[in-house]
Amino acid sequence: MRDGIRLYLRYVSMSLRSQLQYPASFLMLVVGNLAITGIEFLTIWALFSRFGSLGEWSLPEVALFYGMVHMAFAISEAAARGFDILHRQVRSGDFDRILLRPRSTALQVMGLEFQLLRVGRFAQGLVVLRWGLTSLKMSITFAELLLIVAAIIGGGLLFSGLFVLQATLSFWSVDSLEVVNLTTYGGVETAQAPISIYRGYFRSFFTWVIPLATINYFPLMAILDHADPLGIPHWLSWLSPLAGLVFFVLCLQVWNFGVRHYHSTGS
Amino acid sequence: MAQIVVQDLRKAFKVAKREAGLWNAFRGLVKREYTHVQALDGVSFEIEEGELVGYLGPNGAGKSTTIKILSGILLPDEGICQVMGRIPWQERIDHVREIGVVFGQRSQLWWDLPVIDSFELLRDIYRLSSADYRKTLEKVVDTLELTDLLEVPVRQLSLGQRMRCELAASLLHNPKLLFLDEPTIGLDAVSKLVVRDFVKTLNEEQGTTVILTTHDMDDIEALCSRVMIIGRGKILARGKLKDITREVARERRLVVELDGDYSKEYIRSQVPGAELVKLEGKQAHFDFDPARISPPELIANISARFQVRDLLIENQPIDEVISRLYGELHI
Amino acid sequence: MNRRAYQAIMRLRFMLLMQYRIAALAGITTQFMFGFVKIMVLEAFYLSTTQPQPLTFQQAVGYVWLGQAMLRLLPWDGDGEIQALVRSGNVAYELCRPLDLYSHWYARAIALRVAPTLLRAVPVFLVTLFVLPPKYALSIPTAGGWAAWILSTLGAIALGCAITNLINISMFWTISGEGISRLIPAVVIILSGMGVPLPLFPDWSQRLLELLPFAGLVDTPARFFTGQLSPTMIWVFLARQLVWTAILIIWGRRLLARGLRRVVVQGG
Repeated sequence: MRDGIRLYLRYVSMSLRSQLQYPASFLMLVVGNLAITGIEFLTIWALFSRFGSLGEWSLPEVALFYGMVHMAFAISEAAARGFDILHRQVRSGDFDRILLRPRSTALQVMGLEFQLLRVGRFAQGLVVLRWGLTSLKMSITFAELLLIVAAIIGGGLLFSGLFVLQATLSFWSVDSLEVVNLTTYGGVETAQAPISIYRGYFRSFFTWVIPLATINYFPLMAILDHADPLGIPHWLSWLSPLAGLVFFVLCLQVWNFGVRHYHSTGS
Repeated sequence: MAQIVVQDLRKAFKVAKREAGLWNAFRGLVKREYTHVQALDGVSFEIEEGELVGYLGPNGAGKSTTIKILSGILLPDEGICQVMGRIPWQERIDHVREIGVVFGQRSQLWWDLPVIDSFELLRDIYRLSSADYRKTLEKVVDTLELTDLLEVPVRQLSLGQRMRCELAASLLHNPKLLFLDEPTIGLDAVSKLVVRDFVKTLNEEQGTTVILTTHDMDDIEALCSRVMIIGRGKILARGKLKDITREVARERRLVVELDGDYSKEYIRSQVPGAELVKLEGKQAHFDFDPARISPPELIANISARFQVRDLLIENQPIDEVISRLYGELHI
Repeated sequence: MNRRAYQAIMRLRFMLLMQYRIAALAGITTQFMFGFVKIMVLEAFYLSTTQPQPLTFQQAVGYVWLGQAMLRLLPWDGDGEIQALVRSGNVAYELCRPLDLYSHWYARAIALRVAPTLLRAVPVFLVTLFVLPPKYALSIPTAGGWAAWILSTLGAIALGCAITNLINISMFWTISGEGISRLIPAVVIILSGMGVPLPLFPDWSQRLLELLPFAGLVDTPARFFTGQLSPTMIWVFLARQLVWTAILIIWGRRLLARGLRRVVVQGG
C-alpha cells in the first residue's frame, strides 16, 4: 500500500512536470478552465437577481451547494483523468502496456495523467464556497468544516467512480461513452442546486443510485441546520462522505470485471 | 520442459462489418453484422531457454495474437500455453515481472521528460532495489551508448536514439524472456545495426530468450537461429531459415554482362536450362536450379555462344524468397 | 467553391457521424437530460415569484429546448483540421490551390455545424413538440413565427460560421489563438442565451446583450419561435445578424490576409 502511494506520487510528479513544460500555454489552460466553469455561477447569479430566491433557498446558500460540487468534480477531473481518456488507450492498443506491468491496472491508469489545469474549476468553486460562508455570517465549528472537506473528498471519489465506469465501458464500446456524461457533467449541473428542488424519479436517481446528494445536500442540511424535506435525519448527514468511498470501491470491482473481459476478447 | 510450450492454441475475434456508402452507413444505424475471424487456428510450438526465434508472417496472420497470449494480455479460446512453468493470463503479475516487451511502433517513455525519469518510474513500477537498478542501468547505458541521452527529453531524440532507450527501458528489470515486435521499423541503417548487435549480445551473453517479429528479413538473417512462419492462424513452416527457403529458393541467380546487344528471344533460344528473368541493357539475369544444371556447365554454355565481359552468381534476394514462400504456402 | 465539392464535404461529415450511431443516441440523451435539469431549475425559480417576467415559463421551456436542439450550431470551437494546418504552418501550401481560402473555410464551417445539428435537432424537435406533457413541451408557433424562426436560424448559421472562421484564423497567432480557443466557449455560452435565456438577465444588461453579436446565435431564433418576439420584428433582428456577419467576415478576411503574410514571410 505504502509502496503503491509512493509510485502514484511519482506518477503525479512526472505528470505535473510534463504539463509545466510550456508555462504560458498552461496558464492559458487554467484561465480558460476557470472562465468556462465560472460562467455557471454567473448564470445562477443572473437568475437570482431576477427571481430573488430559489424556492426556500437564498443565493449564498446555493453558493455552498455550488462550491462543494464543483470542488469535488475538479478533484476527480484532475485525479481520475486517466480513466476519462482510457478509451484512447484502448483504441490505440496502449492499454496493453499497462497489462504488461506487474502492478494494479487501476493505479497505473490513475497515473496516466494528473490534469493540473482543473485547478481552475477548483479555484472558482472555492471562491464561491467562501463567499457563501461569509455572506451567511454563520459560525462554523471545526467539526463542520471537517465535514465539508470530507464531503468534498467523498464527492471527488464518487465522480472518480463514474469515470472508472466510463473507462470500463470502453472495453466494450467506445461509442457509448457520452452516456456517462449524463452523470458526470450532468451530475454537476444537477447538484449545483439543492437536490430537493427536483422531482420524482430524477431526484431519487441522484440520491440513491448515484448518490450525488451525499456530496453537498446531506452535509449542508446538517450544517445549515435545515430540516430536510426528504426526511433524512442529521446524524446520517455526518456519514454521507463515506458514500463516495463505498461507491468508488464498488466501481473498482466493476473495473476489474472489465479488465477480465478485455483479457478474453482483446477488445 | 521447454521454457515456452504452446499446444493447439485457438483464438477467434468478432469483427463488426462496415461497408462503404451512405446507404450502408444508415443501415448500420439499425443493424450491424459481425464476422468471425479465426486469428489462431491450432498453433503449437516449443521454445527452449536461450533461443533467439524469428516469428514471421504477413500482417493479420496471427503474430501479434500469439505474442499477446504469450505475454499474458489475452486469453485463448482453447489450447495450452505455458511460459516458464506458468499459465501467463492466470498469474499475470508474476508472469510479466519476468518478461520484457518492445513495440517498435509504440513508446513507453514519457514524451516531454528526460529519459532518465522514465527509467526511474520503471524502477518503482518493478520494485527494483537501488543496487540492482543501478547495476542494470549501468550495463545497458554502456552497451547501448546512452550516456549522453539520459538527460534529453524524449521528444528531442531521433527515432534510432529513442529505440535504443526503449530497449533499455524493457530490460531494466532483467527479464528472462524478451518479445521484440518490429524493433527496427523505420530506423536508419546504422541504428538498425546497433539494435541488432545489442540483441545478439544480450542473447549470447545473458542467455535471454528472444522472440522477434519483424518484416525485415535482414534482421532475421542476422539474428535468428530458428524461424516459425504463421499464416491464416496456422504455423506453416518452421526450422532454420535456410532450410525453409531452400525449397522455394533452390534457384540461384546468374548475372552476366554481355559484350553486344541481343534480343530477349535470341538469348532465350541460346541458353536452355536457365530462365532469363531480366535484361537491362547488356546485363542479363538468369535464374537456374543448380541441381539440374551445374554452374560451371551453365557458364561454359553461355561463354561458348556470347562474348562475356563479367559474371556473378548470387542467392536470390531474401525478401523475394519470402514473398514467394508466402505464395507457395497460400498465405 | 463549386456545389459538387461542397456536397462532398457534407456527405463526408454525415458518413463520419453515422459511424457512431450509439454516440449520436447518447448525445441526444445528454441534451434531454441537460434540458430537463435547466427546466426544473427554472420551474423552481418561477414558483418563487408572483411578479410577471419578460419571458413566461412556457416560453422559457421552449427557449431551453431550442437551445438544446441547436447546440451543435454554436461556434464553440474551430475546425480541427484547419487549426492544425495553420498551427503547423502547412497552410502556406493551401495558397497553391485555385480557390478563395476564406470561402473554402466558410463552406467547411457550414458543413461542420449543420451536419451534426440536423442529426440531433430532429429527434429533439419531435420529442419536445409531440411527446412531452404540455407543461414541459415546446409549443408550436404561428405561421409567422415559423417563418421568422427559419430566417433567423439561417442568420444564426451565417453568423456562427463567421465566428468559427475567426477562431480558425486566430491560430495564426499561436499563443493568443490558444487563449481565444479556451475562452470562446465561455463567452458563447453565456452571451448567446445557451446558459440562461437572455431576457432573464437583469434589465440593465439587456441593451448590451442585444448589441453584441452573440445574441444572434441562440436568443434571436428562440424568441421568435416561442413568440416572445412578434414575427413583424424579424427584419430588425435579421438585419442585426447580417450586419454582424458582414463585419466579422470583413474582419476575418483582413486577419487571414495578415496571417498568411506572416506565414509566407517566416517561411512557414
